[in-house]
Amino acid sequence: MSTSVGAAGPAPQGTGPAKSPGRSGPSPRRGPLAPGGRTRRLLVATALGLLALSIARVMADEPVLTSSGTMTAVLGLSLPIALAGLAGLVSERAGVVNIGLEGMMILGTWGAGYGGYQYGVWGAFLGALLAGTFGGLLHAVATVSFGVDHIVSGVAINLLAAGAVRFLSELLYKGVPGGGPTQSPTVRGGVSTFDLPVLSSGPDLLGRAEDTGLPVVADLAGILRGFTTDLTVFAVLGLALFPFFAFFLWRTALGLRWRAAGENPYAAQSLGVDVYRMKYLAVLTSGALSGLGGLFIVLFSGLYKEGQTGGRGFIGLAAMIFGNWRPGGVVGGSLLFGFSDAVRLRSSGSGGVLALFLFAAILLAALAVRQLARGHRLHGAALAGIATAAALTWSGLDSLPNEVTTMTPYIVTLLVLVISSQNLRMPTYDGVVYRRGEDH
Amino acid sequence: MRTRVRAAALALLPALVALLVSLVVLAVVLALIGVDPVTALSAIFDFGRTPRAQSNQTRAWISQTVPLFLAGLAVSVAFRMNLFNIGVEGQYRMAALVAAAAGAAVTLPAPLHVTFILAVAMLTGAAYAAVPAVLKVTRGINEVITTIMLNSIAVALAAYLLREYFRDPDLPANTNPSTSKIPESGRVPGLDGLLELFGMQSPSRPVNGFLLIALAVGIVVAVVLRSSRFGFALRVSGLNLNAARAGGIPANRMIIQAMLLSGALAGLIGMPQVLGEHYSYRTEFTAGFGFSGIAVALLGRNNPAGIAAAALLFGFLDRAAPSLQRAEIPPSVVTIAQGVIVLAVVVVDQIGRTRLRKAEESRAAGPSAPAALAEVSGAASTGPPGRTGNAETAGTAGNTGTTGNIGTAGNTGTAGNTGTAEKEATA
Repeated sequence: MSTSVGAAGPAPQGTGPAKSPGRSGPSPRRGPLAPGGRTRRLLVATALGLLALSIARVMADEPVLTSSGTMTAVLGLSLPIALAGLAGLVSERAGVVNIGLEGMMILGTWGAGYGGYQYGVWGAFLGALLAGTFGGLLHAVATVSFGVDHIVSGVAINLLAAGAVRFLSELLYKGVPGGGPTQSPTVRGGVSTFDLPVLSSGPDLLGRAEDTGLPVVADLAGILRGFTTDLTVFAVLGLALFPFFAFFLWRTALGLRWRAAGENPYAAQSLGVDVYRMKYLAVLTSGALSGLGGLFIVLFSGLYKEGQTGGRGFIGLAAMIFGNWRPGGVVGGSLLFGFSDAVRLRSSGSGGVLALFLFAAILLAALAVRQLARGHRLHGAALAGIATAAALTWSGLDSLPNEVTTMTPYIVTLLVLVISSQNLRMPTYDGVVYRRGEDH
Repeated sequence: MRTRVRAAALALLPALVALLVSLVVLAVVLALIGVDPVTALSAIFDFGRTPRAQSNQTRAWISQTVPLFLAGLAVSVAFRMNLFNIGVEGQYRMAALVAAAAGAAVTLPAPLHVTFILAVAMLTGAAYAAVPAVLKVTRGINEVITTIMLNSIAVALAAYLLREYFRDPDLPANTNPSTSKIPESGRVPGLDGLLELFGMQSPSRPVNGFLLIALAVGIVVAVVLRSSRFGFALRVSGLNLNAARAGGIPANRMIIQAMLLSGALAGLIGMPQVLGEHYSYRTEFTAGFGFSGIAVALLGRNNPAGIAAAALLFGFLDRAAPSLQRAEIPPSVVTIAQGVIVLAVVVVDQIGRTRLRKAEESRAAGPSAPAALAEVSGAASTGPPGRTGNAETAGTAGNTGTTGNIGTAGNTGTAGNTGTAEKEATA
């Protein structure tokens, strides 16, 4: 079994040969924007996506597609999911499957509610971290120390968390004004928000650009402004975690050991890595990150409510698989879900959701042209067919039933999976119970 | 023969010890969170003072157990093929809605009518499970994602279908929507006199007659999994996909079949409620059995008898919620208890099995055998304890993993896996 314990395996999150000149690239002097480079492809894809979105916005006359309000909502909706996905990633990269994300997130929301009620927002932050980490500790003790099946332990944690938060609320919020068996009193003191100076506040250059309504310009301004207004310290911290873990797991020695525990723990063990310690570290971090995801949900509504997570732990799990166990992919999957959810929530009626059909039609038509130009006739024709269907849906329907728009983010995720090729590779020893020295 | 008895005892012993230990752990946890464990445990075991209350509690226990058992079966069939069907939740919701609507729309002689409704339910469940199965086989999409998404879609889709197409037209405008009532011929009669057989008083309402159907389903599934060609193919594919493929078992077809069977069984979960209690699908339909089913299947080690035991245990705890409330203990203790028991049982069981295996290995190795030989003979001759360890790795741990892992990660290697799986079938 080939492993990437040495620097042998293909650097998974590698930014391609561009950033490691001389090691694997044929021409060491290729810059990050060289043709065929990964960064360049990503930039081109983003630009084309923006163009398609802009065309869809103008054609459908639905500013909700790219307005800064929508984008602020995208950030708020995506971040908890992305953090749950990142939590799953750090754990599974060390070989421990974490189905308990939902439970740890529930613990995080409760911890945030209690900490916030007692000590304000920083209390909420600490409470979420501690409660989530406690869930991670349970999972680590069960799976790493006792070698219990990972799924069993995760399912048990989901059960335990749901029972524990109800119990704790019944115990601690009895007779507390605003609190009750299913909710906490409101978090003391709000979180202070800030905007990016000059661009999104004061002169508000981006806001002015957005108001022009010009194609592409207004859309880009709306997106940038949405992501730079109403920021909180916690949101910035949460966003910074993704590049941090991408760097930490794939560019540091500790990260290499961490992933080695998930790729081949026995090989790692033979090289002197303390696999148990790595796994403990990973699962505790996973719990803390899930708890942090819960914090954002609580801060959003200002208090803890039962059932607040709404299955976001599971959706984060899906985002992690969607993103092929990589931080960038997790972000992409969460943004996709968050964007379609935000458009649905922000649009009055179902116009915004229908405009998504147009957006999809434009993107698919572009993909179809590309496939046809490359000679993949069958694939191209299929894509063109789906694009036509999407365009017809947009032009033919006036409105969608309420229930159907609620399904939007789930259906979008499924459709993207169906259309995009699936070439996923999970960590080799993911979910396999490791016992030190029992490699037969 | 002696080894077989010994094997059975060894397989049961850890589970029993685990159950006892888990009760102790539960007591400690309860004490830690400030609940008097004696009061709580006695409330959980309290069936009431009057004979009538006792038979009512027994009835409640049975009615909690039946859907949990079916849910556990549904999840376990997919687990055997290393598929993680989180979508049981959505599958049984869709099935209950469509079956209730179809059952109300037709009139047939009694046994046919019930059969028809059950068939519709199983077909709907299977159809909803076919989506992730087909997507996995044709597009390689991980079934965990698809079933999670489809669960959320099912909630919205069922609400839409109920409001738009299946709503009882005679209902007043402002009431919660519900399908029309299924006529008398399509209802499963209650089991009058069942508890009286055991010398108890008759409960206020008879025991749900679906109990018998669920038992029959359980037996059929057990027989199919154990003795049929399909069951064998499923087990082999689940243990080692590559070995199965080499033996001529098509992997993709097994994925589809396992998922369809899982979905069909999931379709039955809502039926005790639809056919025996409400006679319709309503907005206040009980959700959540799909998720509890995962815990039940895992606790029961994917084996129908084990799942029955686990469902009884979960149902026993679920029915205790009112007793706890009467003892002024928050009923959420029940959920905590379930979580603690699942964790404690598997942890203790794991320790017990590891100990037993080591003991067996050193016993089989003997004092003079060379080390390498000991390893081999240990794996070959001490089948039972090693076997259970392996079956567990293959059945549950590997379910999200690629099957190639299991062969290498299993304790005694590929040959031991398949060989001992055969023993499981005959034991």
